Amino acid sequence: MAEEKNTQLIEAGTGLPADHKEDIIQYIVIKVGNEQYGIDIKYIDNIVRMQNITRVPKVQSFFKGVINLRGEVIPVMSIRNKMGLEDDEITNKSRIIILKVDPSALIGILVDEVRHVVNIDSENIEKVSHDNKSEAPSYISGVGKVEEGLISLLDLFVIIGEEKGGND
Amino acid sequence: MDVSQYLGVFLDEAHEHLQTLSDQLMVLENDPENEDSINEIFRAAHSLKGMAGTMGYKRMQRLTHDTEDVFSAIRGGQMKVSGGLVDVLFQALDALEAYVDTIQNTSDEGTEDNESIIVELNKILKEGTGGGGEEEKAAPAAEQAAPAEAASEEAAGGDEKALYKSVKLDESQSSTMKDAIVAGKHVYGATVYIDEACLLKAARAFLVFKAIEEFGDIAAVDPSSQDIEDEKFDFNFSMFVVTDESFEKVEAAAKSVSEIVDIVGEEYTESMLGANEAEPAPEPEAVVEEVQPEAVVAAAAPAAKAAPAAKAAPAAKGGAKPAGKPVANRTVRVDIEKLDVLMNLVSELIIAKNSLVSASSNMTSSNSSDNQFNEQIEYLESVTTNLHESVMKVRMVPIESALQKFPRMIRDLEKTLGKKMTLTITGEETELDRTVVDEIGDPLMHLLRNSADHGLETPEVRTQEGKPDVGTIFVNAYQDGNNVIIEVGDDGKGIDVDAVRNKIIERGYASEERAMQMTDKEVVDVLFDPGFSMAKQVTDLSGRGVGLDVVKSKIEALGGDVEVKSKMGEGSTFIIRLPLTLAIIQALMVIVGGEKYAIALGNIQTIEDIPISDIKLVENKEVIQLRGTVIPIVRLSDILDAPSKNDPNANLVIVIVKKGDSLAGLVVDELIGQQEIVIKSLGKYINTGRMISGATILGDGEVALILDSNALI
Repeated sequence: MAEEKNTQLIEAGTGLPADHKEDIIQYIVIKVGNEQYGIDIKYIDNIVRMQNITRVPKVQSFFKGVINLRGEVIPVMSIRNKMGLEDDEITNKSRIIILKVDPSALIGILVDEVRHVVNIDSENIEKVSHDNKSEAPSYISGVGKVEEGLISLLDLFVIIGEEKGGND
Repeated sequence: MDVSQYLGVFLDEAHEHLQTLSDQLMVLENDPENEDSINEIFRAAHSLKGMAGTMGYKRMQRLTHDTEDVFSAIRGGQMKVSGGLVDVLFQALDALEAYVDTIQNTSDEGTEDNESIIVELNKILKEGTGGGGEEEKAAPAAEQAAPAEAASEEAAGGDEKALYKSVKLDESQSSTMKDAIVAGKHVYGATVYIDEACLLKAARAFLVFKAIEEFGDIAAVDPSSQDIEDEKFDFNFSMFVVTDESFEKVEAAAKSVSEIVDIVGEEYTESMLGANEAEPAPEPEAVVEEVQPEAVVAAAAPAAKAAPAAKAAPAAKGGAKPAGKPVANRTVRVDIEKLDVLMNLVSELIIAKNSLVSASSNMTSSNSSDNQFNEQIEYLESVTTNLHESVMKVRMVPIESALQKFPRMIRDLEKTLGKKMTLTITGEETELDRTVVDEIGDPLMHLLRNSADHGLETPEVRTQEGKPDVGTIFVNAYQDGNNVIIEVGDDGKGIDVDAVRNKIIERGYASEERAMQMTDKEVVDVLFDPGFSMAKQVTDLSGRGVGLDVVKSKIEALGGDVEVKSKMGEGSTFIIRLPLTLAIIQALMVIVGGEKYAIALGNIQTIEDIPISDIKLVENKEVIQLRGTVIPIVRLSDILDAPSKNDPNANLVIVIVKKGDSLAGLVVDELIGQQEIVIKSLGKYINTGRMISGATILGDGEVALILDSNALI
């Protein structure tokens, strides 16, 4: 399976990755639909290319199924389905981001595209309490300001957690 | 001395000894005169005390010591076993278990002295032996009066007489003695010579031991006490004595026995002990076991001195103790984690082998080198299969260890509940994966308590119903194909289905209409549902709303299932079905709607090719008739939401699966073949219900799901 090293992504990024200041958080920018989202890099185990996903019957609809990652069986969920968007269209750019929110249980999320890495100073992050945007604001933990504009930062605990029902 | 490295061994053995004590106490309670039991208990208590002492657990040692004294008196015939005594001894046992648990958790014995139990034990001992306290004072006095002449005779004896110098001590013996030296006691090595005209040299040797045991502890003898007992020694023997007294006293004690011609010896220091340390003996445990029963320890605690006469008897009786030294035990204790690692490696190997098999099947086997390649692959296949089986076997242990605490539990329940009951256990030798055996104890305990508390009636009710007043609770374990079945049940009143039905309505679990429609089996199944408890009153034992549902979830977590069969007035039986192995199974690979699924081979009875016209409808359900049996069929394409691509009028391929006595036919699109698969969990995020029990990685790297046929029946 093709695995992209994080370093490649970092090269394409905007900031200086080696500089680990405490108030600077690195985010991987992904594209879902027309929207760009940021995922905190510390929760990312790996990013893999699209591969054959084995469907699992009778599970919540946002689970696409399971994949084989280095001999382990990992569930994969569609972030589109979870957010209530139309179904995924698999392209050359589709990626599965393997998250290790719980280090003992990996989970993959299917995204349309992985763009690059950004460094966002915590001063430039605004926490979202409530938002006028109609689409599921609860999946967003905050909004980060970068040169190119605003990036919604995903709240991974809500995305993969079971407490929020999703659109099953 | 750093004993932490022995902690694991200590815990293992402490558990063993405690179990022996518990088992034998139960025997003794029913048969107070059983000498074998008394001896067995005495031996276990003694070993336990020695171990606790070596490890420096003083409180535990003290309690064992006093327990041992009581047995010493019983063994010597000074007192009788009574119900009250057994109760106190069980209390002592529980306290000892608590020590061991605390040690297991914290490496320390804690601060609980269990004073009340010790007081109670000593009281019983005093009452039982009568006036032991007076003798206590008399004995040392007599010893004081003993001639204390004899001086440095050992110098005259010379080295060739000091045979003790060449005695090999094993680790536990020398460490006991080193501890004693550190504790300020004296350790003497000595060789005793018996008159060559002596006819009963074994008896003389025992008298010497007995005399020395009045004031000291014999830490080691050479030859072994077993050999001395069997008179397999020349006219001398060597021993190591731990005492507070001087060597003169030892000498005098030995010489007070007739036909003892000489004794040579000297005080040992720690460094001198080093010279006697042997290479680790092949079976040190056996030696210790054999020596200690005779070497009745008289430590400083006054209680120990309470009945010197009591000690004479055990020493003499020691001659009649069961012989039969165990043959060298060719086993190794292995950490279960190491086996887990080994198992994982075997799993990886099997996946790699499967991908080789899959790669080789894609090759054209036209030339000879390919044929050779295939031969080697087949060879590899058989080697990995054997390797897997061997590793599995290593992990298998008899279920006995999970069951052995139950007789004691039932005894206690009998007292608290005021019911009469007996427990019968069969098939305790049935083997299961170690992990399962470790986990199954709690659910079984719960079911047994359930039987005792809710299942069995009171003796009065039983008599009225014409049943024997003693209720029977049983645990039967046996292997059934790839499963192990454990049945837990009783001959009590059984489950009152109508009462459960009323409860269901009363608690709003289901509407009245629905509840009335439920079959008896469905009603009983509700009992396994979280939060539903039948207990009319909350007792200590069960009925807190957690119960059968916990049992069920625990068993399901182990990959098994549980069902109940019950008949009003005749009792209920819980049937637990557990997989024999947890990680690797033989499976039949099938295709349903273009997707690959695995079905455990052990659950498959036959595979049938059935024309569509043979399918009949019974109560709107599809069935087939096979050799006189009506079997319901399940169309996997429907329940897996995987539309079949087969011609709807073509013959059906039906896999007949069994679960106990019931059968079901699973309709699949295509068969692929048999394969060894490694079971992988789907993880915690994805909730598949019971139908999918896991996934496996195929030779080509694809993931296939494993169907749990038991959930489909």
